[in-house]
Amino acid sequence: MPEISQLSGPEAVRVGFYVCHCGTNIAGTVDVKALAGYAASLPRVAVSREYKYMCSDPGQALIEQDIADHKLNRVVVASCSPLLHEATFRRALGRAGLNPFLLQMVNIREHVSWVHLDKKAATEKAQDLVRAAVQRVALHKPLQKRRVDINPSVLVVGGGIAGIHAALTLAEAGKQVYLVEREPTIGGHMAMFDKTFPTLDCAACILTPKMTAVGSHPNIKLWTYSEVVKVDGYVGNYKAQVKHKPRYVIDDLCIGCQECIAACVYKEGKTPDEFNLGLSMRKPIYLPFPQAVPQKVVIDRDTCIEFKSGKCKKTCVEACGDRLAIDFKQKETFDEIEIGAIILATGFKTFAPERNPYCGYGRYPNVYTSLEVERLINASGPTAGEVILRDGKKPASVGIIHCIGSRDANTNRWCSKVCCMYSLKLAHLIKEHTGAEVFNFYIDMRTPGKGYEEFYDRLLDEGVHFVRGRVAEVSDWAVHPSEEGKLVIRAEDTLAGFVRRIPVDMVVLSVGLEPQSDAQDVRRLFNISCASEGWFLERHPKLAPVSTFTEGVYIAGACQGPKDIPDSVAQAGAAAAEALALIDAKSVELEPYTASILEEECSGCKSCISLCPYQAIAFIEEKKKAYINEVLCKGCGTCVAGCPSGSIKQNFFEDEEIFEEIEGVLAYA
Amino acid sequence: MKYAYYPGCSLRGTGRAYEESLLAAFRLLDVEVEEIDDWNCCGATTYMSVDELTSYALASRNLALAERDHSEIIAPCAACYLVLNKTQHYIRDYPDIKLVVNRALDTIGLKYRDKVKVRHPLDVLLNDVGPEAIAAKVKVPLNGLKIAPYYGCQIVRPYSTFDDQGDPTSMERLLEACGAKTVRYPLKTTCCGGSQKGTLPEVGLDLIHYLLSEAQKNGAEVITTVCPLCQFNLESFQKEAGERHRQTAVPVLYFSQLLALALGAPADTIGLQRGFVPIRPVFAKKEIAYA
Repeated sequence: MPEISQLSGPEAVRVGFYVCHCGTNIAGTVDVKALAGYAASLPRVAVSREYKYMCSDPGQALIEQDIADHKLNRVVVASCSPLLHEATFRRALGRAGLNPFLLQMVNIREHVSWVHLDKKAATEKAQDLVRAAVQRVALHKPLQKRRVDINPSVLVVGGGIAGIHAALTLAEAGKQVYLVEREPTIGGHMAMFDKTFPTLDCAACILTPKMTAVGSHPNIKLWTYSEVVKVDGYVGNYKAQVKHKPRYVIDDLCIGCQECIAACVYKEGKTPDEFNLGLSMRKPIYLPFPQAVPQKVVIDRDTCIEFKSGKCKKTCVEACGDRLAIDFKQKETFDEIEIGAIILATGFKTFAPERNPYCGYGRYPNVYTSLEVERLINASGPTAGEVILRDGKKPASVGIIHCIGSRDANTNRWCSKVCCMYSLKLAHLIKEHTGAEVFNFYIDMRTPGKGYEEFYDRLLDEGVHFVRGRVAEVSDWAVHPSEEGKLVIRAEDTLAGFVRRIPVDMVVLSVGLEPQSDAQDVRRLFNISCASEGWFLERHPKLAPVSTFTEGVYIAGACQGPKDIPDSVAQAGAAAAEALALIDAKSVELEPYTASILEEECSGCKSCISLCPYQAIAFIEEKKKAYINEVLCKGCGTCVAGCPSGSIKQNFFEDEEIFEEIEGVLAYA
Repeated sequence: MKYAYYPGCSLRGTGRAYEESLLAAFRLLDVEVEEIDDWNCCGATTYMSVDELTSYALASRNLALAERDHSEIIAPCAACYLVLNKTQHYIRDYPDIKLVVNRALDTIGLKYRDKVKVRHPLDVLLNDVGPEAIAAKVKVPLNGLKIAPYYGCQIVRPYSTFDDQGDPTSMERLLEACGAKTVRYPLKTTCCGGSQKGTLPEVGLDLIHYLLSEAQKNGAEVITTVCPLCQFNLESFQKEAGERHRQTAVPVLYFSQLLALALGAPADTIGLQRGFVPIRPVFAKKEIAYA
């Protein structure tokens, strides 16, 4: 127990207490007047007030004025989460000449008013929390923030449209950018599309110039077929290790002539082509698609005969001739880089429709996913832009089923946001390519966006059919002779009020967007969070949409949630701007919540050293004591809790402060 | 391990062939079962739609009786299987239901402890006995008899505990182990009409006809079911449905009848003599040398 008596006398603790109404957010559930009255009755509280919006300028001015008038030396604000306004009130203290760390916040919004209904009980709970804060704040000590320099380079992870745009924005601003992409080429999902909605401009025409710019920009180090495997450090001073997977082709020597591909002993491709989603075959040595960046071939060791038997004639090596670009002995290599900020743009994966047993995918060959149809429509795709079925016939009727793996309690509850619009686009393109009758089966048409609703109108004029209702089943059993040999889509038409059976030649499943399957591994690697659905979690859904809870790590594009191209590009620009703002500040302030060793009590057992996730603890042999490097310490508190002799203390979380808080909250009136 | 066996009302009435054949197959495969003493209605039929709580209480009495001596209970009837499963789910998910049900059970000195697992015979035969062990005991191979496997709705929806919800394949694996061939049957989990035949006959008859004609179209010589109501609808109303559309003649059997036959059970002991659409001509055509 600290001695309270030392807190009286000329150096007496004088607490100012402020409770915020937050409009009706707090005042609707907590009796703020009673709370202010209660706080006034607590020892050492010199002034107690309630105010409609404490975070407003007049609210802050009130605190500053009171500090001067009432000689306050501690402040407690009962309002929202400290995540939102701790910095605001700390600045107010600073302006009034008090050390900012002599503040304590009580979260009576998220922890009280938003989660309770009973006003009396909520007010009592708020009183308990306020009492704890008032007791704790008395022990707060003035702390100083540290300043460290920022490395001006940026790591961008993911080479889809979001990563490309972020990298180019940063590079144009003169920053060194490392762009890491795990596939052999950049381009992401956008490179697979034919046209883009609602303007129907060709995806490749607008994407490939940006891809080429990335490939040739002097400020961008492009690493494809590579993955970030380790990240250390802290805001402004991250270290990352990047693994380069062997392409078995030497980057600097390959000129992208593709003669090796033609010369491969396989006359025809035998491996499902990933870029065409298995709708065509590729050889073991291949270029993912004609506009790939970099234009470097890659050898797939799982299907290459040389790797399987070691007895291939190696016609590819012959074709490469004295360029000598092919190297079957290539090993994976690693690079270590130092960067100040990181932008994650790792994208999404599409829903696997096998998980929905009623849509017939995998059972009926003419049921396709929307992404497969993008490839069929695309001129560089497996059918050179012909929309034809697996038997080579042109479909005369096509059904597009929305919300496969979206808005579905059995799979994913969220709306994938892009499917209504891309379904409209596909309906238009299929009609244009084949003249087929096209039916859209939708739950709701969701077309908010510039020019989106107008595009929907245009499709209605083009004679595309729209059936409002969830599809029950895709099957091939016929009730009527007109259904023989067709796929029958059975759906309730909720506008007409009966069940329709619509026979079609081709079914397109508008698959939803999902987090990447390794999103959890990636978030752990970069020390950020995922929301419950697995999307990367932004710092604030409205006000910090590209920041994360880890300073200096930003997110952009569909890794944060389903997003179309315009939104992904906008977010990528925002993430780049946030990174620039950080870097151009040249240095950054770090919170002073570091831990330190109480030398006289440390027994030198070294147990803290292995516990520290940041390698911030060293052992001083001469003294036989542990030592914590303040610059490396991130204040996680692991060593403090782990020390068997209790000889590590952490600023702002000293034992006395925490015990005083516990005693405060437990001291029932 | 000895399984608790819960026949339910159908297997003692319209579905007696199901019980006769299933118990015969279990005997031939050394699967030991013990009928629950003093079992009652499972709570299906009208109870579930009129008074759910009574239905849960009825089902939980059977479960409570079973879990006194057994850890697993076999419920062959699709309706019993669903209601027992549903009761377990609702008692787990809703504490108030659990409270009322146990209060009711308490008046007769029982308590439901959620200790018994509800199993379907298909599940037991495939996953506990195994298709290889069954194939090894086949005495009368089914000689490529073409079967449309029909599951109906209740064993796959909403709780698909041992098979795929939209495209179950248990019956295929089991009957193929007996030498049969199965035909593609996209309607395998589509509605048989349930009790619609009684209330909206034309709806029921249409559904029955689609099931029968699609099986015939795909070359099936017989339809096998796991549900007494499906079997009853498809077989008993086949002629009437045919009058509305066009006539079909597809025998509709319980999967267990073919299994028991293949394992050597005499045809007359497993209900094969009672079908409205005779099966013996089909066996004769396929040269199946049954006992």
